Amino acid sequence: MNKQELICINCPIGCHLEVTKTDQGLKVSGNQCKRGEIYAVNEITAPSRVLTSTVRVNSSFLRRLPVRTNKPIPKSMIFQAMEIIDKIVVNTPITIGDVITDNLMRTGVDLIASRSLSE
Amino acid sequence: MISYDIVVIGGGPAGLAAAIEARNYGVKKILVLERDKELGGILQQCIHNGFGLHIFKEELTGPEYAERFITELKSLKIDYKINTMVLTITKDKTIHAVNPKDGYMVIQAKAIVLAMGCRERTAGAISIPGTRPSGVFTAGTAQRYINVEGYMVGRRVVILGSGDIGLIMARRMTLEGAKVLCVVELMPFSGGLTRNIVQCLNDFDIPLYLSHTVTNIKGKDRVEGVTIARVDENRLPIPGTEIDYDCDTLLLSIGLIPENELTVKAGAQIDMRTNGPVVNESMETTISGVFACGNVVHVHDLVDFVTEESRRAGRSAAKYVQKKLVEDGNEFKIEALNGISYIIPQTVRIDNVDKSLDLYLRVRNVYDRVKLVIKADQETIKEINKRHMAPGEMEHIVLSKDLLQEKSFERLTIEVKEGI
Repeated sequence: MNKQELICINCPIGCHLEVTKTDQGLKVSGNQCKRGEIYAVNEITAPSRVLTSTVRVNSSFLRRLPVRTNKPIPKSMIFQAMEIIDKIVVNTPITIGDVITDNLMRTGVDLIASRSLSE
Repeated sequence: MISYDIVVIGGGPAGLAAAIEARNYGVKKILVLERDKELGGILQQCIHNGFGLHIFKEELTGPEYAERFITELKSLKIDYKINTMVLTITKDKTIHAVNPKDGYMVIQAKAIVLAMGCRERTAGAISIPGTRPSGVFTAGTAQRYINVEGYMVGRRVVILGSGDIGLIMARRMTLEGAKVLCVVELMPFSGGLTRNIVQCLNDFDIPLYLSHTVTNIKGKDRVEGVTIARVDENRLPIPGTEIDYDCDTLLLSIGLIPENELTVKAGAQIDMRTNGPVVNESMETTISGVFACGNVVHVHDLVDFVTEESRRAGRSAAKYVQKKLVEDGNEFKIEALNGISYIIPQTVRIDNVDKSLDLYLRVRNVYDRVKLVIKADQETIKEINKRHMAPGEMEHIVLSKDLLQEKSFERLTIEVKEGI
């Protein structure tokens, strides 16, 4: 891969960026501002995303508890993380922000509850 | 009869923000009526992140965004009733509602805030040819099944419409193990946010076919496949361009309609372009003392803007109750001209404008490097350069009160000027 195309997501303009690998490092073109360059370099070198999903919950009120990672995890680990999340069952009461699984796949990132659930 | 100063209809993001703001402006007796079993509205099923960037400078999930407002509402001890369906509201601001606990209720309010939100356009609205098997869902229904009820709706999926909910569901279904074959969009541009196209489609190599539509649905009991085809400039399918997909599910993300049965029944004027009530600078409908905010007025793409608008409605309702709202005086109309599909608000009573007037509008097409020209009667009072505008991204314009007070006028117009 010497050249890769991306769409910048920092603002609604959505610049079409082109990242080229050169001997001097990564070169970004097509961006109209500095933020586009930072975004492109991050996307090429270490793309990561906050993952949101649900886990099963023993509750009289809801069948699924929404959860998310408290920080972005590497994009390449998303499906592996989904397999782990698939097997989790939790009990109430739950307070928003409660850690459901700590240090998910040794990334240092925790899976946390994104809502409270009393019963 | 039960009586309140302000009754808010709908406990989603709009209703919550309006009620909290009205309380913060000194109104004591406020009641929120919600038909679901809990507060929070549709945010509770929007488990993805990206909410709150403007209001909280954080990226929250839908339930997190909702919980902040629910917690505040409860700490302010604002009354609310869940599982409560409002049946009718009248011009003199009585509300007829019913729930399993209180039965039939008639509530008298001094002011009402309408915050009923919107609902999805369904398959019936676009008359897709083919059979009517199970497996055709609106994207939001599928979202509720998966995220709240815990049911998977299908394994091989085609999505019609590139609205944000469709894009979000393309990612969600992929994460849950489904194969999303493609997203098909009738228009030559997507109706969704760029961020969602990148993070929901490109991240998972899901193709987006612009200027395409679904021309057939196959299957007797369950969807067995769909046919898509390219469309011409009149949005009619071009013969010979058909592609068949084997799939068990078709999701529809083809637009949202403000839910205004109560508004219409009460006699408020509806704007045919927004499908929501005509409102003034205070988010008041054409019925004095009946305010409206959020997706019931016009469909927003960001909840943050719903919150801002609803705070304005809550504040105005408080002023109305406190008799601080100026009901007469100078008024002008706002009209959308070339390239603009609608502008909120539609009328302005300048005496109620604080320091500046906020206008929200949508354009009809994708525009690059154009001007928004704002005229008072025939005279240009402001021009705004725009690098990029798209129908999927709501525009926000702020006009200072000073600018609007220089001369008196009857009609404020906004248009797109190309070729600059």
